[in-house]
Amino acid sequence: METVTAVIDGCKVEVAKGTTILDAAKTVGIKIPTLCYHPDQSIKANCRICVVEVEGVQLLQAACATAVGKDMVIKTNTMAVREARKTVLELILAHHPQDCLQCIRNQNCELQTLAHEYNVRENRFEHIDENLLLDLTSPGVHRDPNKCIKCGRCIEVCERVQTAAVYSKYNRGFKVGVAPVLNLGLGEVACINCGQCVHACPVGAIYENDQHEQVWDAICDPKKHVVCQMAPAIRVALAEEFGLNAGELEMGKIVAALRQIGFDKVFHTNFTADLTIIEEGNELLHRINNGGKLPMITSCSPGWIKYCEHFYPDFLDNLSTCKSPQQMFGALVKTYYAEKASIDPADIYSVSFMPCTAKKFECIRPEMNSSGYQDVDVVLTTRELARMIREAGIDIVNIAPEDFDAPMGMYTGAAVIFGATGGVMEAALRTVYEVVTGKTLQDINFTAVRGMEGIKEATVDLDGLEVKVAVAHTTGNARKLLDAIRAGEKFYHFIEVMACPGGCIGGGGQPYGTTNEIRQKRIDAIYDEDAGLPIRKSHENPAITQLYEEFLKEPLGHKSHELLHTHYTKRSLYPFSKEEK
Amino acid sequence: MVDSYTNVSVDKIIAEFKDVKSGLLPALHAIDEKYKVIPEEALVKLSQVFNIPVSQIYGVATFYAKFAVNQRGKNVIRFCESAPCHIAGAAELVAAFEKQLGIKAGETTLDGKFTLEFCQCVGMCQEAPVFTINQQPYFNVSIEEIPEILARF
Ligand code: SF4
Ligand code: SF4
Ligand code: FES
Ligand code: FES
Repeated sequence: METVTAVIDGCKVEVAKGTTILDAAKTVGIKIPTLCYHPDQSIKANCRICVVEVEGVQLLQAACATAVGKDMVIKTNTMAVREARKTVLELILAHHPQDCLQCIRNQNCELQTLAHEYNVRENRFEHIDENLLLDLTSPGVHRDPNKCIKCGRCIEVCERVQTAAVYSKYNRGFKVGVAPVLNLGLGEVACINCGQCVHACPVGAIYENDQHEQVWDAICDPKKHVVCQMAPAIRVALAEEFGLNAGELEMGKIVAALRQIGFDKVFHTNFTADLTIIEEGNELLHRINNGGKLPMITSCSPGWIKYCEHFYPDFLDNLSTCKSPQQMFGALVKTYYAEKASIDPADIYSVSFMPCTAKKFECIRPEMNSSGYQDVDVVLTTRELARMIREAGIDIVNIAPEDFDAPMGMYTGAAVIFGATGGVMEAALRTVYEVVTGKTLQDINFTAVRGMEGIKEATVDLDGLEVKVAVAHTTGNARKLLDAIRAGEKFYHFIEVMACPGGCIGGGGQPYGTTNEIRQKRIDAIYDEDAGLPIRKSHENPAITQLYEEFLKEPLGHKSHELLHTHYTKRSLYPFSKEEK
Repeated sequence: MVDSYTNVSVDKIIAEFKDVKSGLLPALHAIDEKYKVIPEEALVKLSQVFNIPVSQIYGVATFYAKFAVNQRGKNVIRFCESAPCHIAGAAELVAAFEKQLGIKAGETTLDGKFTLEFCQCVGMCQEAPVFTINQQPYFNVSIEEIPEILARF
C-alpha cells in the first residue's frame, strides 16, 4: 500500500494515499466538524464547515474532500479556521428556525451540537424565516423543510441506496430547497416510507410521524385493553437510546418498562415471526411442488412491498401471500387472543413497536382488517418507545426484569434473527430442511446468508432437492436482483428482501443517526441472542403448535387464509399525476 | 392555461427528442417555447421517455430560471371563464379572490396553499358564476363569503 506522510497540528501522520484530511486527522485524535459529510455516502463538500489551513495554499480547504498530500502541513485549529467555521454556522442559523427546545432532534442534532461546540452565542446576520409548509402527507415520514440545511444526504440515500429517487434539489443559489417533485408531499409520490432519509438527515428536517400521544390516550382510557408487540430488532437498538452498546439491554427490562408504562399485556412479534416461518415455509414447498410462481419473495418488509408495487408490479405474484409478522400478530390478537381471554375485540387497542416507519403505513392499509377491526391500531418506532420510557420516568437500565405474557410472548431464536438481513431466509431454511427431509439439522447456522454484503446467494440441498436462494437488503439491491431475473440471467426458488440496509436493525425507526458501523454491531447482537436461546427453530415453538391445535388447525388452511395471508396493489411511479392514476 | 393543454401535444414535442443525445434540455426548451411553462404532465412524460426519475427532471427544470415549472398549491381554485359565468360576474369574483390571496390568476400563494386558475365550462351554467376548489364546485358565492370559504382549507 502506497502511503503519504504529513503533519496535522504538529502530529505526524502516515496514511494510505488518497486518505482525506478528515480521516487522517481522526487517526491522531483530531476531530474536524462535518455536516454534509456522511460516513456511508459520497463526498458532497457543500457545507464548508470542515475547512482547515494547508500551508502554502491560500484558501481554506474542505477536509472531507481534500486528500492528504505528500509532506502537507495542515492546521485545523487556527483563528482563521475557527472564524470560518463560526461564520458558516451563523449563516446556516440565520436561515434556520430558532426552535431547538421544541425540536424532535433536540440534544441529538448535528447542527445544534456544532453550534454548541463552537460557542455560537449571537448572529451577525439578519434572520430570515421561510415559513414553508410542513409535509405531513405520509403516514410514516414527516418533513419540516424549514430546518433543511440542503446537505443532500437524503437525496443520496433515496436515489443511490434505495433507488426510489424521491427527493431532489430544486431552484438554485439562495432559493435552493430539497423536496419531492413539484414540492409535493412524501405521501403523494412513490415514497416507500422506509425512513432511511431520517437517518441521513443531520438535523430535524425529516422525522417519523410521532404518534406516541395516541398510545398514552389509549392507556388512560379505562375501557381499553391495551396490548403491545415488539419487533426483534427493537431490543438491540433501544439500548443505544439509553447510553448502552447495541444489545446490552436485557429483554426482561424492556418488558418491565412496558408494564410500567401501562400495557395490559406485553407480547412479542417474534411469536408471529415463528408463525410466518411455518406459513411461508409451507407456501414455498407448495409452490415448488405444484408449479407455482417462482421465485417466491418474502413479504415481511412493508417498505419493500410498496417498492415492488410502485417499481416492479410485474413481480407482485412472486411475493409470498403471507402477511408480515406484525400484521399476523394484529389479526390474531383481535381473534385468537380475544377469544382465549374472553375480551371483546372492539375493546382491544393493539400497539406495535417497530424499528420501522413503513410499518405505520402497513397497519393502515385497507386490507389489514381481517379481524373485523383495524388489526394493529398504531405503530410506534424505537425512538417513540424511548420517548415514552423517558417521559414515564422509568430507569430502564436498573429496572428488575420481567417475563412476557403467555401465549403470544413465546418465541425461538429463528424469530430473533428476523431482525437482521438474511435472518428470515435462515429461519425458513432451518424449518424447511427438517420438514422436507425429516432429518435433524446438524449445523443450524446458515452463515452464507448472514452479513452486510448487499446480495448473498446460496444453494441448499434438501435431500436431493437443490434449492437456490438469494438475500438482498436495500431496495437498490432488490432492484439489481429483479433486473437480473427479468433478463433471464438468474434463477432462484426463494428470495428474501428487506428494504433497509442491514435489515430491520437498520430500519428508519431506529435511533437517529444509524450508520453501517452501528448496523453491524446490532447484527452481531442479534446472532448472539439467537445462539443463547434454548429453542432455535420455529417449528419447535410449543406455543405455535398449540395455536394450530386450538385455532388455526393447519398451515395454509382456511383460517390461515382468512387471517394470515394478503394481496397486493399495483401502484404508479407517478401517483400524483392525473394521467397515470 | 394549463387545463387546456392537450397532453397529446406535450407527448409529441417530447417524442421528437427521444433519441437525441442529452435530449432533456432541448426538450425542456421546446416545451417552454410552446407553453411558456413546464406543465406537470410534461415532467412525467420526460421521466418516462428519458428513463430518469421524475424528481431529477424537476431538479433540472427548476435549476434554470428560464423555465417556470407549473407548481400548483395544495388547493387549486379554478374559475370557469366561459361565457355564461363571465356574464354572471365571474370577473369580480376572481378579482376578489386575487385580492384576498395576494396573487394573480395563474399564481400560487407563497405558503403553497392555494393556486388560482381558469378553466372552461364545468357544465353547471345554470348556477353561474361557478368555481371549484379541488373537486368541489361552488355556486353563487358572494364576495363577502370568500374569507369564510378560504378559512376552511
Ligand atoms: S434541527 Fe437541530 S438546530 Fe434545528 S431546531 Fe432542531 S435541534 Fe435545533
Ligand atoms: S432534509 Fe436533511 S438530509 Fe435532506 S438535504 Fe435537508 S438537511 Fe440534508
Ligand atoms: S463536511 Fe466537508 S464540506 Fe461539508
Ligand atoms: S359557463 Fe361556467 S359552468 Fe358552464
